[in-house]
Amino acid sequence: MAKKKRPVIEREEVVVKFVGDSGDGMQLTGSMFSDVAALVGNDLATFPDFPAEIRAPQNTVAGVSGFQVHMGSSKIFTTGDLVDVLVAMNPASLKSNLKWAKKGATILTDTDAYDDKTIEKAGYKVDPLTDSSLDSFNMIKAPITTLTKESLKELGTDAKTAERSKNMFALGMLYYIFNRDLKPSFKYFEQKFKKKPELVEINKIVLQAGYNYADTIEALESVIQVSAANMQKGRYRNITGNVATAWGLLAAAEKSGRPLFLGSYPITPATEILMELSKHKSLGAKVFQAEDEIAGICSAIGASFTGAMACTTTSGPGLSLKSEAIGLAVITELPLVIVNVQRGGPSTGLPTKSEQSDLYQALFGRNGECPVIVVAASSSENCFYYAYMTAKLSMEHMTPAILLTDGYLGFGSTLFRIPKMADMPEINPPIAQANDPEYKPYKRDPETLVRQWAIPGTEGLRHRIGGLEKENITGVVSTDPMNHQVMTNMRAQKVEKVADFIPEQEIDGAAEGDLLVVSWGGTYGAVHSAVSQMQKEGRNISHAHFHYIMPLPKNTGKVLKGFKKIVVCELNSGQFVNYLRMKFPMPNITQFNKVQGLPFMINELTDKFNQLLEEK
Amino acid sequence: MDFINMTVERTNVQLSKADFESDQMVKWCPGCGGHAILAAVERVFPKIGYRKENFCMVSGIGCSSRFPYYVNTYGIHGIHGRAAAISTGVKIANPKLSVWTVTGDGDSLAIGGNHFIHVIRRNVDLNILLFNNQIYGLTKGQFSPTTPMGKVTKTSPMGTIEHPFNIGELVMGAQGTFFARVPDNNIALMTECMFEAAKHDGTSVTEIMENCIIFADKAHAPVTGKDVKDENMLILKNGAPMVFGKNNEKGLRLKDTMLEVVEIGKNGITIDDILIHDQYNQDPGIQLMLAKLAPPHFPMVFGVIRSAMYPTYDDLVEEQIKYAKETSKIKCVDDLLNSGDTWEI
Repeated sequence: MAKKKRPVIEREEVVVKFVGDSGDGMQLTGSMFSDVAALVGNDLATFPDFPAEIRAPQNTVAGVSGFQVHMGSSKIFTTGDLVDVLVAMNPASLKSNLKWAKKGATILTDTDAYDDKTIEKAGYKVDPLTDSSLDSFNMIKAPITTLTKESLKELGTDAKTAERSKNMFALGMLYYIFNRDLKPSFKYFEQKFKKKPELVEINKIVLQAGYNYADTIEALESVIQVSAANMQKGRYRNITGNVATAWGLLAAAEKSGRPLFLGSYPITPATEILMELSKHKSLGAKVFQAEDEIAGICSAIGASFTGAMACTTTSGPGLSLKSEAIGLAVITELPLVIVNVQRGGPSTGLPTKSEQSDLYQALFGRNGECPVIVVAASSSENCFYYAYMTAKLSMEHMTPAILLTDGYLGFGSTLFRIPKMADMPEINPPIAQANDPEYKPYKRDPETLVRQWAIPGTEGLRHRIGGLEKENITGVVSTDPMNHQVMTNMRAQKVEKVADFIPEQEIDGAAEGDLLVVSWGGTYGAVHSAVSQMQKEGRNISHAHFHYIMPLPKNTGKVLKGFKKIVVCELNSGQFVNYLRMKFPMPNITQFNKVQGLPFMINELTDKFNQLLEEK
Repeated sequence: MDFINMTVERTNVQLSKADFESDQMVKWCPGCGGHAILAAVERVFPKIGYRKENFCMVSGIGCSSRFPYYVNTYGIHGIHGRAAAISTGVKIANPKLSVWTVTGDGDSLAIGGNHFIHVIRRNVDLNILLFNNQIYGLTKGQFSPTTPMGKVTKTSPMGTIEHPFNIGELVMGAQGTFFARVPDNNIALMTECMFEAAKHDGTSVTEIMENCIIFADKAHAPVTGKDVKDENMLILKNGAPMVFGKNNEKGLRLKDTMLEVVEIGKNGITIDDILIHDQYNQDPGIQLMLAKLAPPHFPMVFGVIRSAMYPTYDDLVEEQIKYAKETSKIKCVDDLLNSGDTWEI
């Protein structure tokens, strides 16, 4: 253990990234590191960056797997742009991640992983550790593999097992650099390897050895300290967006008293929601892994007809396949939650990368006049809340609703202040009463235009619904021209009226000014960080981040009118901006877009905003 | 007819045909086989003994799929090809419903082929009534996956060049547990097979050879026509020998590994040589051979060909949930939220 006193550098926030070969255990290393950060009270956000292939060839750039942690003593809104500390376990991971390292970043790398073959495989002409290409970084070059094996010599551990625990050596070194306690990790080993005590021992020894080694070589002159964040009191956990979405749906089912049914088909990056819900049969969740995307949604529509809280989860290409069935749910006016964890498109596109390019599809991608509710989550943890609200609005308004999240939110994690179910808003679906002599399939609540949910098995409510246009009120099949107009209007107005039940749009900053930055969905963290940085610098700039897309909050027009310039930032070619232009034709709406499968960087946003503020 | 014992809630009230008659105008063509099928359904539903509120009809698209509008039950008219998928959701979500899926040869074997084989493979407890008229009716006369090869239709002016599906073969290929075949001109047999279908736990497929009077009139006449049916139809009865012919003078027997038609009383053949039908046999070997028989060398086989006992998907869903509820520490969402690694700040 460190005995001498090291100087302490206090940092408000630090980004650490662990990168290595797919099999190097970087996901585990990263999540252990972030768990310890959370325990000392840092706020944090994490993001796993793994290749689309399961096990790409060893030591190639294609096979690099990474895990990024952004931790801070203040609120953390993004998973971090550039990296302060990079742990690179081989040349390929160094090569592919160097571009994300800040100038002067600390880079820890395993020198044992560098030989002629691996250097060439990574695409280097010369060993980057020997030329001067890394001079601007603070390099910690350590023979990690050798030292790991050395530390296990006494135990007689075989070479393969020893090599596999080299990630723990690197983690130990990092714990020294950040002055972290090793005990929580020891405890973790004891729990994880309950049935394999030899692995507990191995991991403990290697972790400690890494820590001691960093101490011996005085890896860094000073300790990097990230103090506890001033977080709202409460019980916390770390949660990914996909798990939060799954739990939000479970919560809505419990609150509404409607059993949860999920009909889904595996698709990256949405599969984790299906896997998570499959675990929770004890809560009555019925999860059906269908033969395809279409069967997923159609089974959910069948379940919804029987009175279940029905959901289907997918990503872009899957949503395309579900389009026709969404129309069926619209015309039958059945509740249905459709979760789209967006990825790069079109077609198969970039399955593991994030984009916001399914907004048009969510709003307009169906035949006929076919309005649905569209909601977007903005952080991994609030996927819980927005999944809950999507289900609530869908059931209470008897209309399908799409929740848009994305790969970054879904795979990424943030700290989640655990709510109490008693504090969640009530959900009251309009269930028809048995033997109600007034019941008609399309008789509507005059205020909300919502029809009643008559559940099969209930006495006195037998009725038929379906994909053919129905006569208003009676539900008899009808091709009458005026009736079609009435029903089309009803379906549209019913969705518009949801605006009476969602919060007004908030503005972060002054309600009037020079520049309003507009964003929606998963870009909140980056855009918020950029705007608040500029607000601190005294710039006249405000931010409106949208969660409710269809319908928009009632005050949206008023919000937009308060500013000389508006810029809508999104990770597509301008889908939300065109939707806003359609609803509020104003000449001063501009746009800032990026379609690279990557999130916004804070500095590219501030550059754009500064430019807009300077232009006359 | 014997007693049905299932999860669906039963009634002591004696229901009648009137309980299931809808007030909607039936818009099938006069002479369409659909009318007879509707009559059979209205006849069999009251006999099954479930509460009338526990019947749920689900359909896809096509002439057959208008069916739910014509029966007074809970019903959902779906989209093309997806009736099996919608029905699966209905049954899993509420296993107390008796689910009847009405579909056609285009709906379930072409656009919905994927759902059809998978629902059968899973053995979800549904009753599929498959109206096989060997043609696309609602789009006015294009060939379907069951149209005989060479048939001239609006999209095959020189005759089709596709091999048709044999529905029984497809069902058994997908590990089906129940298959029956009936002609639309024999209401008594239809009713009997529908009752057997209802009785069966698991996916039942009842192929109804339906006549489309407009676009494929008399398509089934070479088998079911009055003049030929004695020779060309063999109606199975469980536990009884497989005989046919005007005076039941012909029968099927197994010779080596093949079926053959024999005449009783000739060449020393007696009734004891004739195969006895076992619809409950789990091994589909003979049943599959029976399903594939067709004129000119064999009769076509009707009635319940296969009705084997296997666990149903929906029962297994309930079983897993019951077990999880008994054994899991997580009893409510608050438990879930606070499970695993959490800490206080």
